[in-house]
Amino acid sequence: MRVALFLTCVNDTLYPDTGRAVVKLLNRLGVEVDFPAAQTCCGQPHYNTGYRREAEPLATHYADTFGPGLASGDYDAIITPSGSCAAMVRELYPRMGERARSEGRGGRLATTLAPVIPKTYELTEFLVDVLKVTDVGAYYPHKVTYHPTCHGLRSLGLGDRPTQLLSEVKGLELAELPGAAECCGFGGTFAVKNADVSSAMGTDKVRNAESTGADVLCAADNSCLMHIGGTMSRLKVGMRPVHIAEILASTEEEPLA
Amino acid sequence: MSGTFVGMPAFPKAAHDAVRNTTLRANLKHATHTIRDKRERAVSELDDWARLRQAGKEIKDHTLHHLEHYLVQLEESVTAAGGTVHWARDADEANRIVAGLVKETGESEVVKVKSMATQEIGLNEHLETEGIHAYETDLAELIVQLGNDRPSHILVPAIHRNRGEIRDIFRKEMGSWGRPAPEGLTDTPAELAEAARLHLREKFLRAKVGISGANFMVAETGTLVVVESEGNGRMCLTLPETLISVVGIEKIVPTWQDLEVFLQTLPRSSTAERMNPYTSTWTGTTDSDGPQNFHLVLIDNGRTDTLADEVGRQALRCIRCSACLNVCPVYERAGGHAYGSVYPGPIGAILSPQLRGTGSEIDASLPYASSLCGACYEVCPVAIDIPEVLVHLRERVVAGGPATRNGNKVMLRPAKGHAAERAAMRAATWAFTHPAALATGQRLASRTRRFHPRTAPGPGKAWTATRDLPKVPAEPFRDWWKRTNGGKETNK
Repeated sequence: MRVALFLTCVNDTLYPDTGRAVVKLLNRLGVEVDFPAAQTCCGQPHYNTGYRREAEPLATHYADTFGPGLASGDYDAIITPSGSCAAMVRELYPRMGERARSEGRGGRLATTLAPVIPKTYELTEFLVDVLKVTDVGAYYPHKVTYHPTCHGLRSLGLGDRPTQLLSEVKGLELAELPGAAECCGFGGTFAVKNADVSSAMGTDKVRNAESTGADVLCAADNSCLMHIGGTMSRLKVGMRPVHIAEILASTEEEPLA
Repeated sequence: MSGTFVGMPAFPKAAHDAVRNTTLRANLKHATHTIRDKRERAVSELDDWARLRQAGKEIKDHTLHHLEHYLVQLEESVTAAGGTVHWARDADEANRIVAGLVKETGESEVVKVKSMATQEIGLNEHLETEGIHAYETDLAELIVQLGNDRPSHILVPAIHRNRGEIRDIFRKEMGSWGRPAPEGLTDTPAELAEAARLHLREKFLRAKVGISGANFMVAETGTLVVVESEGNGRMCLTLPETLISVVGIEKIVPTWQDLEVFLQTLPRSSTAERMNPYTSTWTGTTDSDGPQNFHLVLIDNGRTDTLADEVGRQALRCIRCSACLNVCPVYERAGGHAYGSVYPGPIGAILSPQLRGTGSEIDASLPYASSLCGACYEVCPVAIDIPEVLVHLRERVVAGGPATRNGNKVMLRPAKGHAAERAAMRAATWAFTHPAALATGQRLASRTRRFHPRTAPGPGKAWTATRDLPKVPAEPFRDWWKRTNGGKETNK
C-alpha cells in the first residue's frame, strides 16, 4: 500500500516531529509514504472564520495536489494526523461544493473535490479501519491520558479507535480523562477572538488532565495540543502534550526522544 | 442591572467579566453539569431516539416549508373555536395589540405563564409604560422579575442565582410586589418554594387576565399547548376570564399526531423528564369553563426573514428545550447575559443575529461565541446544525452578502472592524496557493526562531496573555523530507 501524507500546515511548520513519526509508523507497518511537496493548508481557518470564498482556492489546491496521484493509482489514500483537517475535507468540502452550485457558480468545485473527499483519512481511522491493525508494535512506558478532540469525536466519529490503539501500546498506562468530551477551548480563531472564555476552557481541561496523575496528555490533533500545551506551560503543570502518532511510532529499539 | 438587553456590549467584552465571577461560574457549572448528565440518562432510555430526532426535524421542516398554509388553517380553526387571531409584524405591533386587549378588559394587572416570545418583544416593560403590571408566575421568572434582573437561560432563567441569593431577593422584594416573604425565610428549597407559592396564590386568584406563550400550536384543531413543571401555567391558563397567548409563527405543527414526537423529545431534552408534570392544551373558548375570551397574537418579528435564508432557517426548528445551552462549554463559562438576548447559548448565537440582523455590535459578535465543538448539534432534538449556521453567519458578518430584512432582499456590507483580518486571510490564501512562498516563510520562521518574543503583539496578544506559544522548530518538515529523501538517507 502506498499513501500520500497530508501533514497540514500547522504540523509542517511547527510540529515536524509528528510528521516524522507518521512516516516511521506507516513504514514500519509496510506502508509506503509520499509527501507531495505542493501541499499547504486545507482552508479550515478561512472557512471557519467566515471566509468561505477565500477557502475555495485552498480546497481546489488540495484537490490539485492529491487528486492526480489517486487517479493514476500512485496513492491508495491520503493520510493526515489531524482530526480537524480530515473533518474539513470530508465534512465541509462537500458542503462548499454544494454552496458554490446553489449560488449559481456551477458544479465545477464539487466535481474537482469529489475524488479526494472519500480517500482522505485521519491517521487512527486509517490504521484501524483500513490497515485493520490495533497493535502497531509500539512501546511507550508512560502514564497517558487521552483527549478526544471535538472534530475527531463528533465530526469524524473516531469513537474508541485512538484508545484501542493506545491500549495495545506496551508499557503504556491509560488514564481516563474526566470531562474528556468537552472542548479544550482552542477552536481556531476562537482562541483569539474570545480569549477569556477560551483560556477558561483550556485551564479546566488542564486541571482535569492533571487530576489523572498522567505525565502525558495525548491527542490526535496538534492544534488542540498547542492550546493545551501552551496552557500547561503557563500554569507550570508537570505534563507534556504529545501527538498520538509520536506515541505509536515509539518502539523499544527507537524510543520517542 | 435592567430588565432589557438593549445596549449590550459585544460578546467577548460581556464574557470577560462573567469568566472572572467565580460565584456565577460555580452556579452555572453545577446546574449545567447536573442537567446534562440527567438528560443523557433520560435520552438513552429510548432506543428510537435517533428516529424521533429525525422525525422532529422532518415535521418542523415540512411545516416551515408550508408555513403559510398551516397558519391559515390555524387561524380558521382558532376562529371556529371561538378565539380571535391577531397578526403582529414586529415587537412594537405585538406589544400594542396586547396592551390594547388588556385595556379593553379594564384591568391593570395580568398574570403570566413563562414565555420566551413575550420576553423577546419586551412585553412586560411595554405594559408597565401603559400602567399595566405583569406578574411572572414561573418560579425562576419570578426570581428574575423580583431581582430586577435579566433571564440567563431559556428553561431556567435564574440559573445564575444560588439559593442564598434567591432568599435575599425574596426577603427584600416580595413585599413591594404583593404578599411579603414569610418571617425568617431560610434558603432551603422547600421554604423558598412555599414562599413563592403563597405569594403567587394571591395573584392567581385575583387576576382577570392571563398572558401565555405556547410550546406548540396544532393547525388542524387550533389547539395551543404549554408544557411546564410547576402548575402555575395551568392556573394562568384556566382561572382568568381573558387569556391572551403570544406565539411565534414557527411554533406550529400540522396535527395532534405530530405532538407525539415532541412530547417525548422536549421534556427529555430540557428537564430530563420522561414527561412534563403539566401538559395543558386549550382550544378557543368553552361556555362556563375557563377563559371566556381567547386571543392569539401571532408574531413574526424577524421569522419570515430567517425563513428566507436557506442555511439559517433551520434555527426555526428550535423547540426551546435548552439542551444546547446545558452542554455548551462557552455558555458554561460566559453565562447567559453575555449573549445580550433572551435566547442565550448556542441557539441564541444563531437565532438572535437572524431575528435582529447582524447590524449591532453584540449581534455581529454572537456567531463567534463558539469554538464550533459541535456538542450542541449532537444534543439538539430537532438536529439543528448549529455550527453550520454559526459559520454561515460569520460569513455574513465578515463578507456581507445577500440577506432578507423586513421582507426585502438586501445586500449586506461587511461589518466594521474586519478589514485587517480579511486582508490577512486573503494574504494567507495567496501564500497557501503558492507552496514556494509558504516554504520561504517557514524557513524564515525557523531561522529567526531564537529571536521570537515570548509574548506576541497585535491579535496574538490575546493568546499569549494566558498561553505560551510553541517554539518554532529548527527545520520545517518539508525541508527535512527533502534533505533526507523522506527519511531514507539520514533519519535525523
